[in-house]
Amino acid sequence: MRILLNGRDTVLEAEGMTVADLLSSGPWRGKRILVEVNGEVVGKSDYAHTRLAEGDRVELVHFVGGG
Amino acid sequence: MIEGPKDRYSRQERFYGIGQEGQQKLARSKVLILGVGALGSALAETMVRAGAGQVTVIDRDVVEWSNLQRQNLFSEQDAEQRLPKAVAAARRLQSVNSSVKVEGIVADVTVDDIEEYTRGSDLILDATDNFEARMILNDISARDGIPWIYGGCTGSSGISLTVVPGEGACLHCLLDELHPEGETCDTAGIIQPAVQMTAAYQTAEALKWLSGRQHALRGTLVSFDLWENRHVAVDTSKLKRADCPTCGKERTFPFLSASSHPRTAVLCGRDTVQIRPPKAQKLDLAEWGRRLAAYGQVDFNSYTLSLRTGDYRIALFPDGRVLVHGTNDTGTARALYHRYFG
Ligand SMILES: [Zn+2]
Repeated sequence: MRILLNGRDTVLEAEGMTVADLLSSGPWRGKRILVEVNGEVVGKSDYAHTRLAEGDRVELVHFVGGG
Repeated sequence: MIEGPKDRYSRQERFYGIGQEGQQKLARSKVLILGVGALGSALAETMVRAGAGQVTVIDRDVVEWSNLQRQNLFSEQDAEQRLPKAVAAARRLQSVNSSVKVEGIVADVTVDDIEEYTRGSDLILDATDNFEARMILNDISARDGIPWIYGGCTGSSGISLTVVPGEGACLHCLLDELHPEGETCDTAGIIQPAVQMTAAYQTAEALKWLSGRQHALRGTLVSFDLWENRHVAVDTSKLKRADCPTCGKERTFPFLSASSHPRTAVLCGRDTVQIRPPKAQKLDLAEWGRRLAAYGQVDFNSYTLSLRTGDYRIALFPDGRVLVHGTNDTGTARALYHRYFG
């Protein structure tokens, strides 16, 4: 399945991945993240049942802390 | 016509968004800037040049050589003399604009005394380097009705959010748990443009608020990466939580009570300070070993990780507890903790 992740064409190996699955993978694990799917912000309580679909535009915004 | 000091703000007054009336409001305003490192330098310089009435900067650090690449208020002399940042910054700011009341305070702001500094401010600008401080700031803002503007940057990226009490989501609505994350300016590096861009987002909002142009506020969380050429603005209003402990109906301002903070304790006679996170963690020490390897000699087994850096040895335990060996000063230990663990 292909999605546009932070503006980049990205291939997800598993079909029907949820936002929660995405966040538990790779570099996003354990980070402070705000999620937007197709222009709509997604609340934490919806991560586990928000399924990603082919062509979705996903923005993962990192709350960076440096100053 | 020859220009003189009276023309100082003429270009800002000519700008349709501010005007003379806005400038006069700005001249009566008090702004507090927490932290005067990279972001704080950029924020303070803009606010002082713009003619805010009073600008206060607070910081506990001293100027170091590695600051000069991006912390634009400081000189080589400041680094040679290891001047407190708040002192060097106030000196420079006052010479830039003598008509602004500039105050530099050398202090490590904690939950116990933050109110002393925030009282009477019209706006608080965040230039801290950690989320412990930001959550305290977020709580005090909601409690006392003072807006604040979050800014953070690392590498080539940055983020900002304006938090107006009673309107939209607060930082606690968006982040409900604090855990060490491990990416700070010391670990990921940072370039000056990321600082300036973040500061520009913050100060544009500050000028709007302080000149009485609230309707012009951005209303979104903004995030960018100047190297990856990305920019997003997210409407976070949907994430405002009715049960938010900071801005919800039955709010308790949990970060103003000491229990939700990393607890520091000096271990007697051992030249060691212990820092314990508010909630026990389950950290992967091997992963932390890889992250920290660039900053000193790292050794770890399944029980503890040890990082030797400069005069200090830092031990990290899987439950998130940290021992800083080589100091009895909790402020120094906390600064090292935030440097390596965010
Ligand atoms: Zn809230």
